Amino acid sequence: MDESLKAVYTAILDGQHKASAGAVQASLDSGVAPAAILNEGMVAAMAEVGRLFEEGEYFVPEMLIAARAMQSGLAVLKPHLVEANIQSVGKVAIGTVKGDLHDIGKNLVAMMLEGAAFEIIDLGSDVSPEKFVEAVKNSGAQVIAMSALLTTTMPNMKTTIEALKAAGVRDQVKVMIGGAPVTQKYAEDIGADGYSQDASKAVALARSLVG
Amino acid sequence: MDIRRMPAKLSRWRAPWSDNGHSMSTYTALAIQHLDDFVYGTSPRPVSLKNGLVIGGGTVYPELNFTLPDMSITSDSLPEVCRQYQEMIEGACTRAVELHAPGLVVEFELLPDLTLAPEWGAEVTKILRAGLDRAQAEHGLKTALRVTPNDIREFARPPLLRSGEYLDNMLRSFELCAQAGADFFAIESTGGKEVHDEAILNGDLPLSVFGLGVLASRDMRFLWEHIVRISRAHGVIPSGDSACGFANTAMVLAEQHFIPRVWAAAIRVMSVARSLVAYECGALGPNKDCAYEGPYIKAITGCPISLEGAEAACAHLSPVGNIAKAVPDLWSNESVNNVKLLGGMAPVISLEQLVYATRMMNTAASHGPQAARTLRDWWVESDAGLDPQAFVLRPDVVLELSGEIIAEPTPYLRTRRAALAVLARLRKAAAENQIQLSKLETRWLEKLSRQADELPEDEERLIAQIAPGLDPAKVRLEEYEIHL
Repeated sequence: MDESLKAVYTAILDGQHKASAGAVQASLDSGVAPAAILNEGMVAAMAEVGRLFEEGEYFVPEMLIAARAMQSGLAVLKPHLVEANIQSVGKVAIGTVKGDLHDIGKNLVAMMLEGAAFEIIDLGSDVSPEKFVEAVKNSGAQVIAMSALLTTTMPNMKTTIEALKAAGVRDQVKVMIGGAPVTQKYAEDIGADGYSQDASKAVALARSLVG
Repeated sequence: MDIRRMPAKLSRWRAPWSDNGHSMSTYTALAIQHLDDFVYGTSPRPVSLKNGLVIGGGTVYPELNFTLPDMSITSDSLPEVCRQYQEMIEGACTRAVELHAPGLVVEFELLPDLTLAPEWGAEVTKILRAGLDRAQAEHGLKTALRVTPNDIREFARPPLLRSGEYLDNMLRSFELCAQAGADFFAIESTGGKEVHDEAILNGDLPLSVFGLGVLASRDMRFLWEHIVRISRAHGVIPSGDSACGFANTAMVLAEQHFIPRVWAAAIRVMSVARSLVAYECGALGPNKDCAYEGPYIKAITGCPISLEGAEAACAHLSPVGNIAKAVPDLWSNESVNNVKLLGGMAPVISLEQLVYATRMMNTAASHGPQAARTLRDWWVESDAGLDPQAFVLRPDVVLELSGEIIAEPTPYLRTRRAALAVLARLRKAAAENQIQLSKLETRWLEKLSRQADELPEDEERLIAQIAPGLDPAKVRLEEYEIHL
């Protein structure tokens, strides 16, 4: 690996947000292609962070610190990515369904997707089906990610999918769901495209949906 | 049992943040001072109901909580909602009688929709009340109904805590449920949670202390004046306020390996001062089931508590399934959906598990105080060394840390003291091999200890450090009487 890319990688892995921005700038200055900085430096570092998390060597706080370092590097890199016409991995509109205020799980998924270079549109909690539809129409989201913690709000996932169909945008978007009462079977029953058991598995699911 | 029926030592003080001159009580001595007196089933300040049910008077009763299966709550589905609750209460009462339960407490935890429309919640309360009254009249089963409205104030984002439609509906929900037959009121209030969630995920101890010791405690003070006022007006017993949104969120995240277990253990003890505010405002217990800070509340106030553990795995996993049985006065299942299992409907099955668990506790106690202590100590020993979250529920540790917490005069200083004391106790426990910590957990224990050492003594200094950096889109500081 190029030395300057290695510096980007290390800064993110260690969660040094100031060093990350500096390393990205240094890498650009030395002529490394923006796509290489993104994929070989930043995304690779976050993949390693994900591996350390999966193996129990990192907790979420360490992941968040790394994700923040990634964001500061990305702020420097973004104009160059736009110039080189490099698209994000995918755009995900995420929210907790109507009537449900539990948003920690949703926030974790958003954070992990962001770390994997997805573009996130965070719709918040208590999100109505209409808002999800609007996000698909106006933002060009390729994936809708819905979360619910209550058995009495879970049916709003189905209502949202029906609203996407009624608005004629269901075919434009993939739908992934998760949350304590949700199961793979439920996802299949309501016509979602995927279910993730927890936040850490959501990245692989989102990748498979946009891939 | 030879527990001393001494009142908790209270003194009057003026809350430093109060702008209305209202004074409140504070605890300055432990109600339970000796380990021998700190046992399940018996509290220095038992709660008595008119029907003769005494909680904390020597018997542990089952407290059953149940909820709806996968369904929406709308005006169209309301008849089916009511039918579900009817089925649940009838099934529970029938099985309680069949199993010779000495009494039964039922908790109705209102779902958000049932608080947003207070009449709907009151309708269900009436159904449950009628079911319990029938069981009492026909079978002599002593019963009580705890009603727990949902804290819907966070439907406004950022939460609007002290005014507006959500607060009005929540308070109206208390009023209507009182008229519909509630015996106890409880809540899991969420003031400060909008900041604390971030603290948990970032492993940010000063922000957690700010969320619990400053924001949540101030909101509790505001909210509990209302709850106590409504309770007194209707003859309902104000029972307590769980730090579920804070410490149980941390426990569940630790169980998923998302945050360190030492961090979840620290948050548990740091939540004590916040939950104590309800009692300083007039709550009497029994403290709510999911409040694992309950043993601290019992040690400090002498009020009875409900707790949950192994029999609550239907709702969430935990590392404290047995140790939680050490000192409760009610034993609960947290919540279970009304779904069919092989043995029958899940609430009935859950009730059966609770009846057998409490029967064992009461049988041991019937053999004398030493037998109860022996059973208590077995519950404790089976869990305490396996997880720091269990360790901080060890009755001797609870008494030791509770004493340190109430040596401070304000919620902020108590929360700060709790952080310092619990981390010091965990370091000592690790050094003496009373708990086993992984390298990663040990690293976090050291990291959290360094953060705790930096906490200022002056509450205003912590506010000045943290408040300016908070996102106004997430928190309204003026709702907590903080004006930058």
